[in-house]
Amino acid sequence: MSLFVRTELDEHNRRVEWLVKTLFLLMTVLLIIPVALIMGILIQRGAPVLSWGFLTEVPTNGMTAGGIFTALIGTVWIVAVALLASVPIGVAAAVYLSEYAPDNWLTRAINLAIINLAGVPSIVHALFGLGAFVVFFGFGRSILAASLTLAVMTLPIVIVATRESLQAVPHAFREACWNMGATRWQTIRRVVLPNSISGILTGVILEVSRTAGETAPIMFTGAAAFLPFLPQGVLDQTMAMSLHLYVVSTQVPDVPDALPFGVALVLISMVLVMNATSIAFRIYLRNKRKW
Amino acid sequence: MPADVQGDRLSSSIATELNTRGWDWYVDRVVSIGVFAGGVSAIIFIIGIFVFVTREGLDFALGSLDLKEFFTSINWRPTSERNPTYGILALMTGTASVTGLAMLVSVPFSLGAAIYIAEFASGRTRESLKVLVELLAAIPSVVWGFIGMSIMNPLIIEMFDVPVGLSVLNAGVILGLMAAPIMTTIAEDALKAVPDSYREAAEAMGATRWQVIFRVVLPAAKNGLMAAILLGVGRGFGETMAVLMASGHAINIPTSPFDSVRAITATIAAELGDTARGSDHYGVLFTLGIFLFVITFIINLIADVVVKGVGRQK
Repeated sequence: MSLFVRTELDEHNRRVEWLVKTLFLLMTVLLIIPVALIMGILIQRGAPVLSWGFLTEVPTNGMTAGGIFTALIGTVWIVAVALLASVPIGVAAAVYLSEYAPDNWLTRAINLAIINLAGVPSIVHALFGLGAFVVFFGFGRSILAASLTLAVMTLPIVIVATRESLQAVPHAFREACWNMGATRWQTIRRVVLPNSISGILTGVILEVSRTAGETAPIMFTGAAAFLPFLPQGVLDQTMAMSLHLYVVSTQVPDVPDALPFGVALVLISMVLVMNATSIAFRIYLRNKRKW
Repeated sequence: MPADVQGDRLSSSIATELNTRGWDWYVDRVVSIGVFAGGVSAIIFIIGIFVFVTREGLDFALGSLDLKEFFTSINWRPTSERNPTYGILALMTGTASVTGLAMLVSVPFSLGAAIYIAEFASGRTRESLKVLVELLAAIPSVVWGFIGMSIMNPLIIEMFDVPVGLSVLNAGVILGLMAAPIMTTIAEDALKAVPDSYREAAEAMGATRWQVIFRVVLPAAKNGLMAAILLGVGRGFGETMAVLMASGHAINIPTSPFDSVRAITATIAAELGDTARGSDHYGVLFTLGIFLFVITFIINLIADVVVKGVGRQK
């Protein structure tokens, strides 16, 4: 029996392990607690401003009163146009990388380019948008220029998410389809894409959330600090939620203290709700998957 | 007619039919060209970024820019009527001090969190922590900047009894909180990539859990962890809105964490709106853009090579 009695060394090891585990747990918690506190403060100070009118009225009195309607709608415009541009390109790129690409230097170059697109600072994307879309292609400062800038910037999100969900479809599905005489594209359209569409959607939701929150890339390409009216087309400038938060918290004098908190709260809620949806969707899919 | 000849005819007619390039064949070709174009577009865009940023900045960078002054002068006076100077030394120290402090804050915590999530937590706890970390990474940078201005600023003034709370400390902590979720995620992936057989072998030799982690898992995941830190540095280096709003935006070589500084990215964001296209000021801001692009490209390249190193090891 004495073989199974804990020795001094065992006791010591257990204590050390408990200590190490607690230390790491503490570090994890310390990472999350400040953010939880900040969220609490945002909600506490921003909630009093929130009302139906805050969402549906235009800013008035030099943006010191009224709501955020124009900024909200502007963000919807920018996000929608950005998606129209980046989803087809991103999905095509992911289909190429997952279904066609051989393992050669070009594929490696594409992967490196994707990593770099994600890593280039947002302000450099802003300079690119200004130099390319506003000046060179002559779109001027417009929703189109701002959205295309954001589309290039968020392309990696769509590509990576789509590629992952395409690769999650078992290879046997494709082989079965090819054996029936289907072409490559028929296989992709009838078998691969239907089985991965939800994963692609998850990526698109993430992209929406990222696009809605970005500020620097749209500052000089199409978002305006203040406009009293809604955009009528893609060549108009527009207000946007993210830039509006920057403007009311740094550029406008005599803004009531609570107003920027309200704007921040709406912006962060939009982003977090979309991210949470995307995560919930992913977990649901993982549990539902049959293979 | 002998049966085998008839069979030959039949099979050859089927063969002809199969070889006919029908509608589907052409659609297939078109699509494969289309998706190839989509794949290559990533390369086109990254080259496009370099070309268009350079195109706007090159005239100035080659013409009127004094490289020695650019890198060694602390005087950034682009709007001076008489004698504009374009020295980015102060801006570089601003970016470096904020990024450095951010890494000091976030590297230990994100590595610790990654180790906890990958090695200790299990089941529901693990999933919830991963989701929380992912949500933290989603908070937009302008919101972080706002938090720096409106929550951290008064907090720092009160806690340390200093006149200004928009400083290296403020921006560093904000940036640290921003970079931590990304580093945690990548570091956790690196730890998970260490094969379980390594852990089992060590445990079979009688190693305790923490011995397994420190002597086996961490050394094996070294490259991935390095890549995580590098990408965190890249993120801090390129962050714009949060640094612009939380750092105080004063041209200054910091001597203490309570000094206000100005970052390279923030300078572009704050000044580009007021410049006319073709002016020297406009040119120098694009030159800063080229500088940022090249540095982040190098950081990403190194991180990529380092990660590939892990792949070869396995």
